[in-house]
Amino acid sequence: MFPMLNLPLAAIQTSLGSPTASAIFFFFIIVSLTLGITYWAAKRTRSTKDFYAAGRSVSALQNGFALSGDYMSAASFLGIAGLVSLKGYDGMIYATGWLVGWPALMFLIAEPLRNLGKYTFADVVAFRLRQTPVRVASAIGGILTVLFYTIAQMVGSGNLITLMFGIPYEAAVVIVGGVMLAYVLFGGMIATTWVQIIKAILLLLGVSVLCFIVLYKFNFNPGNLYAAVAAKYGQGALEPGTLVTSPIDAVSLGLALMFGLLGLPHILMRFFTVPDAKAARTSVLYATGFIGYFYCIIPIVGFGAAALVGRDIITGIDKGGNMAAPLLAELLGGTPFLGFIAAVAFATILAVVAGLTLAGASTLSHDIYVNVIKRGQATEQEQVSVAKKATVVFGILAVLLGILFKGQNVAFMVGLAFAIACSANFPALIMSILWKKFTTAGAVASILTGAILSVGLIIISPTI
Amino acid sequence: MSQAGQSTHEMLESPAFKRLVRHRWMVSVILTLLLFVIYYGYILLIGYNKPFMATKIGAVTTLGIPLGVGVIVLSWLLTVIYVIWANKVYDVEVKNLKSQLK
Repeated sequence: MFPMLNLPLAAIQTSLGSPTASAIFFFFIIVSLTLGITYWAAKRTRSTKDFYAAGRSVSALQNGFALSGDYMSAASFLGIAGLVSLKGYDGMIYATGWLVGWPALMFLIAEPLRNLGKYTFADVVAFRLRQTPVRVASAIGGILTVLFYTIAQMVGSGNLITLMFGIPYEAAVVIVGGVMLAYVLFGGMIATTWVQIIKAILLLLGVSVLCFIVLYKFNFNPGNLYAAVAAKYGQGALEPGTLVTSPIDAVSLGLALMFGLLGLPHILMRFFTVPDAKAARTSVLYATGFIGYFYCIIPIVGFGAAALVGRDIITGIDKGGNMAAPLLAELLGGTPFLGFIAAVAFATILAVVAGLTLAGASTLSHDIYVNVIKRGQATEQEQVSVAKKATVVFGILAVLLGILFKGQNVAFMVGLAFAIACSANFPALIMSILWKKFTTAGAVASILTGAILSVGLIIISPTI
Repeated sequence: MSQAGQSTHEMLESPAFKRLVRHRWMVSVILTLLLFVIYYGYILLIGYNKPFMATKIGAVTTLGIPLGVGVIVLSWLLTVIYVIWANKVYDVEVKNLKSQLK
């Protein structure tokens, strides 16, 4: 399945759409490096504490990188750069919303979460309550969130790889599924943490270089860059457009982005990998810094793409604008730089899906199997074994769903995942932290109400 | 309960510790409210006063651009403030309380 092209590819001078030597080169370096790390991690992964929480040995700085890695997906990198290139300032508005959840995470959740839980956020919610109903409800909220997020990532990655490398969609999905399954199955949290760290550093580096070159082309004066964009596409590119029409909608979206973060299982899981609450708070400080920096420089890349590549060419390759950043990389640094950016985007996809799979697997094995089915009575060996089986189950499911949803517009699914996280997971989590009189019935009711309302309302909404 | 368990339990129940925890939540809530004001203030400003955001402050640069960046930077600064407070005030207090109970 090939993307809809408005211009014949020959008219657009780009090597996008077929594997180039540099892309393959960087791709192999990244995959070998990360698989090597997985092998190293596998030797250190013996217990459940290792598999789920990296033995609680991750430092604040490492976790800061890993958290930002888990959060900065290919969609946010390519998608927001594309949005800024096509829609201008509206893309910047969207970008700010992606950062503001992190301070809230720091103030409200980070330390209590680390103190009260063991491996998953359900540990915290079920802390003083009856295990079975709360675990099951939390699992529903958690799995729904992770599932929709994963489908969106798998479909997005399939499309992206097809677009960039010309590989058939199904093969792309299977490759992504296979590699990330290797990370999680053999290396658990230790491997996924280090894959995230590497990917985060590469992503920040790549986008920084891109931003630097753009600014260099405009004499390090952003004003010149904006002037070039305005000259080409009008002053409107620098003003708020149609994104924020109804303030109520905008606030609602902002709330979902802000508090949805506080209910994302794969992010919350990372708080159990650091030794103590102080490390948890410091890691959020680092993560917020990295992510904030990222969302500050991405608009420069987007504007640069608009000014230097041009909207026609960008939409010619992909209507959604997702190729803005890679096309800019190719223009400014040739095929080698494009290859690097393409490989980094691929690493980003792998890392995020690995994190999601680990979160999904931990819900199935730690929350449901160990705590509900086995009522907490399972040997260390059993727990690790079930965790690995759940990983395979979830990984295969992710690949199948990715193939099933081929061609569907799954952009709404990320929004759905955030809405569920915000409505079902976050309220229960914050109430179990704050409110001593929180009851089992209350927890279950809050999660189920939130899940049903958010899924239901989105299903009947105009988007679908 | 062991000796260590007993003193931890005492500390957790002590009015001084409870006061400290309340204090911590107050700091968190205040900072969260500030975050709200910064971000939702920005969003509502865009929603209700687009022309203001479109005001030129340079040859073409609009006011909206530094405001947007400002929201990100300020939000991050709030986390810096929290961490400094937590490290310098909260952690120190917890250590004091622990040693007081020995």
